[in-house]
Amino acid sequence: MSTDVTGTTPKGEVLLSVQGVQKVYSTPTGPVEAVRDLTFDLGKGEFACLVGPSGSGKTTLLKVISGLMPATSGRVVLDGKTIDGPPRGMALVFQEYGRSLYPWMRVAENVVLPLRAAGVPKAERRARVDEALEQVGLAHVPKSYPWQLSGGMQQRVAIARAIAYRPEVLLMDEPFAAVDAQTRADLEDLVRKVWKELGITVLFVTHDIDESVYLGERVIILSSSPTIILEDLRIDLPAERDQLETRSMPEFVEQRHHVYEQIQKAKRGYNADTASMSAVAASGV
Amino acid sequence: MKALKALSAALALPILIVIVWWLGTMNETNPFVPKPGQMLNDLFTVWVGPLMAEQVVPSLYRLGVGLGAAIIVGITLGLLIGASRLARALTGPAFEFIRAVPPPVLLPVLLLILGIDDRSKIFLIFLGCLWPILLNTIDGVRSVDSVLADTTSTYGMQGWARFRWFVFPAALPRIMTGIRLALPIAIILMVVSEMYAALDGLGYRIMLFKQTFQMGPMWAGILIIGLIGILMAGLFRLVERRVLAWYYGQREMEKQ
Ligand SMILES: Nc1ncnc2c1ncn2[C@@H]1O[C@H](COP(=O)(O)OP(=O)(O)OP(=O)(O)O)[C@@H](O)[C@H]1O
Ligand SMILES: [Mg+2]
Repeated sequence: MSTDVTGTTPKGEVLLSVQGVQKVYSTPTGPVEAVRDLTFDLGKGEFACLVGPSGSGKTTLLKVISGLMPATSGRVVLDGKTIDGPPRGMALVFQEYGRSLYPWMRVAENVVLPLRAAGVPKAERRARVDEALEQVGLAHVPKSYPWQLSGGMQQRVAIARAIAYRPEVLLMDEPFAAVDAQTRADLEDLVRKVWKELGITVLFVTHDIDESVYLGERVIILSSSPTIILEDLRIDLPAERDQLETRSMPEFVEQRHHVYEQIQKAKRGYNADTASMSAVAASGV
Repeated sequence: MKALKALSAALALPILIVIVWWLGTMNETNPFVPKPGQMLNDLFTVWVGPLMAEQVVPSLYRLGVGLGAAIIVGITLGLLIGASRLARALTGPAFEFIRAVPPPVLLPVLLLILGIDDRSKIFLIFLGCLWPILLNTIDGVRSVDSVLADTTSTYGMQGWARFRWFVFPAALPRIMTGIRLALPIAIILMVVSEMYAALDGLGYRIMLFKQTFQMGPMWAGILIIGLIGILMAGLFRLVERRVLAWYYGQREMEKQ
C-alpha cells in the first residue's frame, strides 16, 4: 500500500505554502494531536478543495493558515512571508454563518465593516459593497438585520463580505453544510463565478465528496486524525461547470468514486500512525 | 387598543392597593400611619414649589453625577479588564471581596476623608453603582461569541476598531443589565447618604420632617423617591429598547 502523497505542484507561482504543519492542542485531559504533518502549496489563482472525515482537522488547518492560531510545528508562508497573525490578504468564511455576522449591524454594514476598518475611501466602499451584494443576489436587503434572513441568505452575506474585502486568498470552511440543496447548488456556482471573475485563490473545505469534485481544480484528501495528506488529486473537468452536465460526465463520476474510496479508507482509521505502521510492515522490518 | 390594555393591566394592581389603603386608613387616628389623601395633599402643598428646587434638585444632581461616573468608569474599566485574561485573574478575588462590602458601611469613613459635602455622597453612589456595571461588563466581554471574535480577527480589526465595532456592542446587553441593577442602588445610596449627614436633599428633608413629627410631608417625600425610581426605570427602558433593538429582535426571532 502506498501513501499516495503525490504533492501535486500547482500551476504558476506559489502563493500559499503549508510546510510541515503540526497542531497539538493542550487540553485538561492531556495533549490532543489533531494534525500530524501537512505540506502542500497553493498556486496563485488556484481553486483547491480540502476533504476529510469529520474530526480530521480541517477547521484546525484553516485556523492555522489564517493566523488565528499558531502551529505547534511547521509554518505557513503567504507570498513569501511567514504567517504569525491574521494577514491582510485573507478572508475566512466560517461554517457557523449564524455566528459570524454582527447581529447589531444591518447587512450592508456587516459587509462594509472590514473595508471601513482597513481605511478604504467612502466612495469605493460603497461601490464595492453594492457590487458584492449584487453578486450574491442580495441587493434588495441591505437594510435588513442578519437574523431577519434565512440561513442561506446569511451565508451569502458572509460571502459578500469576503468578496468585498478583495482577498488574495479566500478560505471557506464547510460554508454550505447547513443550507438546503437548491441554495447550495446556487452558492456553489456563485463561488466558482467569483473565483473566476476576481482571479483569487480559493481553499474550500467540505465533507461533501460531490461538492469537492464539482468545485475544485484539485482535491486534497486528508486522513483521519492525527492527520496527514492521503492524496492530492488533480480534477480533470472543463473549467465551465454545470450542475447537471458536469455531474453526469464520466470523468466526474470516476473521480468522485475515487475520492469516495479514499475517504472510506480514512474513515476506517487510516492516519499518520497506521500509515507508518503499514510502511514498516511493507519494508519487512 | 393593545397599548391601552397593557396600561390598564399595569395600573390595576396599584389602583387596587391605593383603594384598599384608603379604605383601611379612613378612620385611623394614629398620626404615624400614612393616609393616601393626606399624602397627596402634602405632596402638592408642601413639596411642589421652592422645596422641590431646594431639596430634590441637589439630590438628583448627586445621583446623576455618581451614577454617570459609575457608568463611564464601569464600562471603560470593564472593557479593558474583560479583554485581558491576566487582568481578569489579577482583579477577580479583590473585586469579589470589595463587592461583598455593603456600600453604606463605607459612609462614615468617606465622611471623614471627603467631608460632609457633595463629594462624599457622590463618591458613595459612584462606588455602589460601579460594581454591578463593572462586573457585568467584564462578564459581557468574556462571553463574546468565539466565531465572531475570530471573524473580527481575520478581517484585521485590532485595538480601538475591535472595541468599537465588536467588543462593546457584543457586551452591550450585559452592560445594560449592569446599569439596570445600578439604578435602585443609586437611589438607595442617595437617600441613605443624605439621611446620615447633609444640609439639603430629599433624604435630609425627610428626616427633618420625621424629627419634627410632620408625618404627612414625610410620607410625601417618600412618595417622591418612589416616583423618581419609576421615572428612571421608564427612561432606562426607553433607552434600552433603542440601543438593544437588535438584541430583542434576534431573541424574538429565535423563539419562533
Ligand atoms: N480547541 C480545541 N481543543 C482541543 N481539541 C480540539 C480543539 N479543536 C479541535 N480539537 C480536536 O482536533 C480534532 C480536529 O478538529 P477539527 O475541528 O479541526 O476537525 P474538522 O475536520 O474541522 O471536523 P468537522 O468536519 O467535524 O468540522 C478533533 O479531534 C477535535 O476534537
Ligand atoms: Mg470543521
